[in-house]
Amino acid sequence: MVILSILILNKAGGLIYQRHFNEGLNKLSSNDYLVLAGTFHGVHAITSRISPVPGSGGLEVLESDQFRVQCFQTLTGTKLLIFAEPHQPNIDVICRRVYELYADYVMKNPFYQIEMPIRCEQFDRQLVAYIKPKQ
Amino acid sequence: MSNLNSPFVPFSPNPSIQSGVPTTTPPLSASKPSQLGSSNLRYASSRKSIYDRHLNRTQRSELSKASFAFLFGEMIQYAQKQVLGIQDLEKKLNIQGYAIGQRLFELLLYREGRSAKRETRLLGILQFIAQTLYRHLFGKSADGLEKSREHEDEYMLIDHEPIVNSYISVPKEMSQLNCAAFVAGIIEAVLDGSLFPCRVTAHSVFSEQFPFKTVFLIKFEESVLEREAVLQ
Repeated sequence: MVILSILILNKAGGLIYQRHFNEGLNKLSSNDYLVLAGTFHGVHAITSRISPVPGSGGLEVLESDQFRVQCFQTLTGTKLLIFAEPHQPNIDVICRRVYELYADYVMKNPFYQIEMPIRCEQFDRQLVAYIKPKQ
Repeated sequence: MSNLNSPFVPFSPNPSIQSGVPTTTPPLSASKPSQLGSSNLRYASSRKSIYDRHLNRTQRSELSKASFAFLFGEMIQYAQKQVLGIQDLEKKLNIQGYAIGQRLFELLLYREGRSAKRETRLLGILQFIAQTLYRHLFGKSADGLEKSREHEDEYMLIDHEPIVNSYISVPKEMSQLNCAAFVAGIIEAVLDGSLFPCRVTAHSVFSEQFPFKTVFLIKFEESVLEREAVLQ
């Protein structure tokens, strides 16, 4: 199970967390990541409107032959984007676990300002400890 | 406020007259105190308040870690708004813990019952803190108790991973801060309460095996050491 990277977007679509788990990836500049996050947020909103089925959520999975993106949107509007290899099972288990780590080590941290970029050492540490053994 | 018209002066303070003072005396008037809005005490339909409960009722109850984490996080943010430096923030947390420690100490001694012993020796009270107090608070005993070699009046209580710090990541610019200053306040109150005046501070010590290891440095006053020497 190979996870390539994880992005977390806040309610307004701004990027608050980004991390790679695979060395061979093409690295974008930090500005490009912000643009990517904003674009995704917009696309997600559009897809939830143009869907022919009433009451559907936005974009959930984007798959190509090189990678697969899964978007997990929480009830509060925070989006977790997991980039993984294609044909990867059980991504939603990973999504839920990352959300759990977010709720624990970011939300319960008194030094974290809501909707601001995540700079919590414990969150990084726990995330790496969870993802690295799976690579 | 209908009591003010009564010809009798109540012996014990009536909640309807004194605002915010909790009392178990039922009000002389028929109206419930909560309607008058002056007391913060909640009364059940049986007119009983929290002070009517048996003290051992919550002995075996547990608190969810998440609830405590959220409350503690808010306490830290509240303290942070009022102070300017790290030392002051730790002091504020210490004071918050101190108030708890004073009351907790009485409760723990009461719960020990007939076998309760008043600790007069240094090692005795430190063992009480490391075992009984710690077990009550965190469900585990402290991981170590050491005497400092350089200073006669310093002792160290070690916790490999304080539960209060489990979700807290201190930013780099405040790396000196250890939020277990709150627990240090509790320990200080217990020691002061058993007449071992001291200062307790919490220090983070990095170790390979335990990255979150915290040492509570207990510095006793001169009088304690003198007394200890006499009792030796």
